[in-house]
Amino acid sequence: MMGLYLEDIDTGFSVELGSHHFTKEAIIAFARQYDPQPFHLDEEAGRNGPFGVLSASGWHTGAAWMKCYVAANKAAEAKMRAEGREPAPVGPSPGIANVRWLKPVSPGDTISYRTTVMGKRELNSRPEWGLVFALNEGFNQKGELVFSFEGKALTPRRPRAAG
Amino acid sequence: MTNVETEPVTDLLHYEDFPEGKVIPFGTHHLSKEELIAFAREWDPQDFHVDEAAGKRSVLGGLAASGWQTSAILVRLAVEAYANSSAAMGSNSMEEVKWLKPVYAGETLTGRATVLSRRISAKRPELGILKMKFELFNTAGEAKAEIIGIQFMGVRNP
Repeated sequence: MMGLYLEDIDTGFSVELGSHHFTKEAIIAFARQYDPQPFHLDEEAGRNGPFGVLSASGWHTGAAWMKCYVAANKAAEAKMRAEGREPAPVGPSPGIANVRWLKPVSPGDTISYRTTVMGKRELNSRPEWGLVFALNEGFNQKGELVFSFEGKALTPRRPRAAG
Repeated sequence: MTNVETEPVTDLLHYEDFPEGKVIPFGTHHLSKEELIAFAREWDPQDFHVDEAAGKRSVLGGLAASGWQTSAILVRLAVEAYANSSAAMGSNSMEEVKWLKPVYAGETLTGRATVLSRRISAKRPELGILKMKFELFNTAGEAKAEIIGIQFMGVRNP
């Protein structure tokens, strides 16, 4: 993450990832493609539905976290390159846990995302990689926590100098 | 605006129709290279999700879908298989989301949902709480993703 090797990432390291604005059109477009339940597609169905408002699919809120995370990573990598340092490559994720949608995300909301490292470990099966655990959170424009999950990301270990 | 579907739908599935152990098979979804790249460009523009050569070079071993897209496809299959023909009332949490194997462009995906356990909300007797397992496979039967989480479901006779 953020161009860093496993050795350089410490518990408590926290990054503001940026924010994403949710329009009604975008909420409906995402839902139409991947989560076409009435309360994600239609304002009246949303009002009469379980959340009392037209709300974004929780997976839309998650995808927007990913968009912000990738952008923040790319910005950090560009900054390192500008300083003459080569960033560590980004690894894929084997999964996430404890995904919580605490409040609905509705049209006009802007969600700001943050990631905070909770821990890390080396991988015996893949000596060139480690795993970083991070708490990810999304807050709306009122500062309310609306979304959180624990992420896991394969993170490269610093290559050992040859010879 | 008038709503043509004013007649209440009476044959929706409810909590009572989802006993523990019930398995709901899913339909299929073909993931084209175009859909994979379009999603990744918008939501997860890492090289290995948007560029075939970069995907091959990466630990994913080929152009592979964002895990968020894999999850979204699983959701779509679940919505089509039961949520939109039931009194489904959304979810507030998923305790585990596992991206087991890369999902490659051109694969056809299917899956199933299993009711792991269930209870009725103590505070809201009209609200059923199903704990579900959602599994995604390719047509060769290879497990690709697994999600365990909550599905709220209306109770027919609270």
